Amino acid sequence: MLSQLDKKLLEMVADLHEIPQGAYNIRKNGAGLSRNTTGNIDIVNKTDKSGIDIIVKPGTVDESIHIPVILSQAGLQDLVYNSFDIGEGSDVVIVAGCGIHNGGKENSQHDGLHDFIVRKGAKMRYVEKHYGEGDGKGKKILNPKTIITVEEDGVAEIELVQIKGVDQTIRDTEVYLHDNARLIVTERLLTYANQEAESKITVELLGKDSTAQIISRSVAQDQSKQIFYLNMLGKNQCRGHIQCDSIIMDQAVVRAVPEISAYHTDAQLIHEAAIGKIASEQILKLMSLGLSEEEAEEKILEGFLK
Amino acid sequence: MLQIKDLSFSVEEGNRSVDILKNINLLFEANKFYAITGPNGGGKSSLAKVIMGIVKPTRGSIWLKGEDITALGITERAKRKMGYAFQQPPRFKGFKIRDLLNLSFGEEKNEDEICDLLLEVGLCAQDYINRDVDASLSGGELKRIEIATVLARNLTLAIFDEPEAGIDLWSFQKLVETFQTMHKDKETTIIIISHQEKILRLADEVIIIADGMVKEQAKRDDIMSRIVKDLECGCNKTCDVGGVAYVEPTG
Ligand SMILES: Nc1ncnc2c1ncn2[C@@H]1O[C@H](COP(=O)(O)OP(=O)(O)OP(=O)(O)O)[C@@H](O)[C@H]1O
Ligand SMILES: [Mg+2]
Repeated sequence: MLSQLDKKLLEMVADLHEIPQGAYNIRKNGAGLSRNTTGNIDIVNKTDKSGIDIIVKPGTVDESIHIPVILSQAGLQDLVYNSFDIGEGSDVVIVAGCGIHNGGKENSQHDGLHDFIVRKGAKMRYVEKHYGEGDGKGKKILNPKTIITVEEDGVAEIELVQIKGVDQTIRDTEVYLHDNARLIVTERLLTYANQEAESKITVELLGKDSTAQIISRSVAQDQSKQIFYLNMLGKNQCRGHIQCDSIIMDQAVVRAVPEISAYHTDAQLIHEAAIGKIASEQILKLMSLGLSEEEAEEKILEGFLK
Repeated sequence: MLQIKDLSFSVEEGNRSVDILKNINLLFEANKFYAITGPNGGGKSSLAKVIMGIVKPTRGSIWLKGEDITALGITERAKRKMGYAFQQPPRFKGFKIRDLLNLSFGEEKNEDEICDLLLEVGLCAQDYINRDVDASLSGGELKRIEIATVLARNLTLAIFDEPEAGIDLWSFQKLVETFQTMHKDKETTIIIISHQEKILRLADEVIIIADGMVKEQAKRDDIMSRIVKDLECGCNKTCDVGGVAYVEPTG
């Protein structure tokens, strides 16, 4: 049922070589392709719009949910709404991601709106990878909007990765943290050629002792452009830390617009942002180990984006 | 083994040129141990960087085993089994110590082999192997990892730039033993830039560089007795020619 192309896209966005174990929902060219639910995880179609509800029963541990989206039909504009309800005390991994193959002249676009509620004491790891390929003139465009609420004692670990082939992206992530909730966001972004990427992450630390950490690393090559708006709002006794680090190369442009705002005397917020080229000392060191200049550069970028 | 002929190095500063190395002539014989010392800013690290190809000399030539390597880049020199441990090693975000050492070995090594190497610089391997070579490492830890990257490589010429800097007494002792063993194995020509008497005493020959010039190259015992006498009388005779006033007296 899966073509070679589908398989390649699935591998790139979800590390899947075969149909996954556990719960999954594979969406292809704007329609559901296959689905599996388990005793603890239910997936149902939304009735009012395109998309699915994913419901994880309280206490579900060590289960995974794969919900990859693949687009191989050029010119397709796909819009989807997904809702996740992660039950109390559960511990699950969700692997999302979108792979586009565009061999045509027209743009292919996938816009996804994901909302999550991570209930009391639950832990969710959410991995979202974006990948594009195909040498058609049409652009590959991905615009995810993600809204996450983490209830008391909940933990959300979010990994956002875009390494290859996405021409345009506007990524908007909003997180609301309640008492003692914890958030860790790891973002990795590589752009090249004329690609453009915008990432906006807003975290509201609403609850007492909530903590948030955002570690964003990016590499901008060629004529590509990147903009980061990372914002943390401390509205209670809380701790937040943003590290935004970019390597700029060639004629690329990178803007990082940091913002931290405190509405409480016990809010502790730190923002660190740095943009710079690869340190020449790093390249010289690796060359002195026998690597060529190009190999050294490649290794440094590979490590940085790992 | 390594010969440096009429070598000068200068940099442009504004519209004038500043001489950093002036007409250096040196001969390093195969498998001998050399220590280079001299005052801060004398040109020791610059000489090491010129030898490794990190900076290009303005004049003169460098010969390795009869081959003129002056025009070769860093990578080519590294492939001829030359290596340099930086005075101020760079940090790498996202590189694990294991990754950096595997690159140094030139192949993937198993955990035991990496551990053995780390022990040579006095690091307890299990704690370190998966740590990042980033700002989280202390200065001394980073310095020891840097030395390990050079020890990993089975070199014919190994240059260490102030390996003792920032290193604790116990690790320093371990390092001294490592250099001694390396010298005993007689497969590597060792050049260590140092301000430590204990390291100078390991060398077959000591070279004093000051003001961008070779002030002296002599057998260790000849030079060391003079330096120690200088330090004892508080006068600065050797310093006039070389300046190693900060060599620490042995206890
Ligand atoms: N690229 C450069 N531009 C300008 N000045 C330089 C440059 N490189 C080295 N120098 C200068 O050349 C001199 C020699 O520097 P070098 O680092 O070789 O000294 P060193 O002997 O290694 O000193 P230390 O014992 O402090 O390590 C110093 O005065 C230094 O400031
Ligand atoms: Mg120096």
